[in-house]
Amino acid sequence: MIEVGGLTVRYGGVTSLDGMDLTFEKGTCGLIGPNGAGKTTFFNVLSGFVKPAAGTVRAFGDDLLALPHFKRARWGVRRTFQTEQAISDLSVYDNVAMIHSPLRGSARRADVLEAIEFTGLPDPYATVSSLTAGQRRLVEVARTLAGKPRLILLDEPAAGLPDEETAHLSSVIRKIPEHAGALTILVDHDMSLVSAVCETTAVLDFGKLIASGPTAAVLRDETVMRAYLGTAEVET
Amino acid sequence: MTVTDHRRAAGTGAPRRLPPLGRPAITRISVITVLLLLALFALPPVMSLYYTDTMTQVAIYAIVTLGLGVLVGRVGLFSLGQVAVLTIGAWTGARLLFATGQPFPVVLIEAGLVTMVIGTLITLPALRLRGLYLALITLMLAGAVTVIEATINFPNGGGGFSGYDGSLTHIPQIRRPSIAVSDAAYYRYAVIVAIIMFGLVYLHLKTRPGRAWAAIKQSEPAALAAGLNTTFYKLWALALASFVTGVAGALLAGADQELFSIDFPIQNSIELLAVVLMGGAYSITGAVIAAFLFQFLPALLQNWGVPNDWLIIIFGLGVLQVLTTAPAGIADQMPRDIRRLWRRVTRKPARPAAEGGAK
Repeated sequence: MIEVGGLTVRYGGVTSLDGMDLTFEKGTCGLIGPNGAGKTTFFNVLSGFVKPAAGTVRAFGDDLLALPHFKRARWGVRRTFQTEQAISDLSVYDNVAMIHSPLRGSARRADVLEAIEFTGLPDPYATVSSLTAGQRRLVEVARTLAGKPRLILLDEPAAGLPDEETAHLSSVIRKIPEHAGALTILVDHDMSLVSAVCETTAVLDFGKLIASGPTAAVLRDETVMRAYLGTAEVET
Repeated sequence: MTVTDHRRAAGTGAPRRLPPLGRPAITRISVITVLLLLALFALPPVMSLYYTDTMTQVAIYAIVTLGLGVLVGRVGLFSLGQVAVLTIGAWTGARLLFATGQPFPVVLIEAGLVTMVIGTLITLPALRLRGLYLALITLMLAGAVTVIEATINFPNGGGGFSGYDGSLTHIPQIRRPSIAVSDAAYYRYAVIVAIIMFGLVYLHLKTRPGRAWAAIKQSEPAALAAGLNTTFYKLWALALASFVTGVAGALLAGADQELFSIDFPIQNSIELLAVVLMGGAYSITGAVIAAFLFQFLPALLQNWGVPNDWLIIIFGLGVLQVLTTAPAGIADQMPRDIRRLWRRVTRKPARPAAEGGAK
């Protein structure tokens, strides 16, 4: 469980997150909002790239903000980036094995291969530069699954993917909490992906939480529609 | 390979770490072995003294370009101070060889370790800087090292810390290992040390540090998010590069047997970066090509009576060539071009023969 209290992030005069209060219970949670709403900033706070001006984040009882960024991965924070960051010079295996892991030796190798197999990537020894965009995204997802993750942050994993690859990605993401036992937070603009994958969803707008709850209810919420479309008269 | 294969592999408790060697890998290993055997056994008897000394320098500088290749190609740290690092190794090696009777390999390692510490310290700004700024800072530090060395001089058998005595009339030569006193034997010795250093670096590239460097080079955020201590791995790369360069320095002391600070102008560091880019910073073969460009090409031009200034022009054109057509250097471009040429050569005669058959 992640409890976020009064989280505020400022970049100069811009307030990117404005006193965000939110609790992620378990399973896969969606985090949506228009561009600039503060979704990626929130991920950056959780993974330690951005220091908040105020607020607390308690993750499974631990104070996450007290840890320096490279120790967050050791704690179990895993993330992907908006722009895909699979390392092209390395093989799929080496990309996944890069992640911090408490396992050693053959147990670690088995764990890495299992993560790769889970995402359905065909050849763990293929060089990443030879893969398709969708497969490279899967490499990133596989990297989040190895080494006993506790909190997985997926930042627009389906951005720019063709439909069938999005469908495969969606089936992979849906199985993550059960497979890896980690709380997963998904940021995406693809509403069909979010509603297919996430049980609960929170909506940010201008750094403020405007709605949260079961995904279906949130997506029907009037405030949410107004935030996205700029109007309340959407039912017509 | 299918998904079920991995499951089986993972289930046995000993999953395969690496795929089996394919045909290209086997070809590559055999080619390297043959070339090394040629370099070690076939070349020394036929080479003149001039080319034996030149090839010794090539072997030594291959270690230097290897170290620079790690920094530039693997971690993305552009250092213009590598010749200064080399002279630290040479100075330490020379001092130890004069002062102690330790076996030569021990001196090599000691010089490597001392250089590793000093070299890492002077390249520490690398942890905060990138690109042009790092290049400038390292160049200035190299300048500082050169000034210091011009002041205290290279050891020439004198006493004290510096080991330099300007009043000496008979200057003893820096000693060589007892098994490699002649130039040809020392050439073999240098090649073997170079092979060991290449092995050391190769081992790094294929394991955890190599993975970490690849990640840092492409995306520092991704490396951080993966829990890699990027500062630590950058330091590791700097330490490794400084260590091998230091070993090369001590080897150089034994090769030249007399060292003078004017032999190491700062300009050499810039040329060194140029040849590393030309040879190919992303591959190990690139380091060997770079060393040939840096040491063999000038010797060849000199032998032909071509003025040395042409070298700068050739390097200038070479860097331009690399930047425009072959970002991964000659090491990447040559095999590609040879393959293309081979295809063209093998296809061409086939056509007239087929036509002849039709008639």
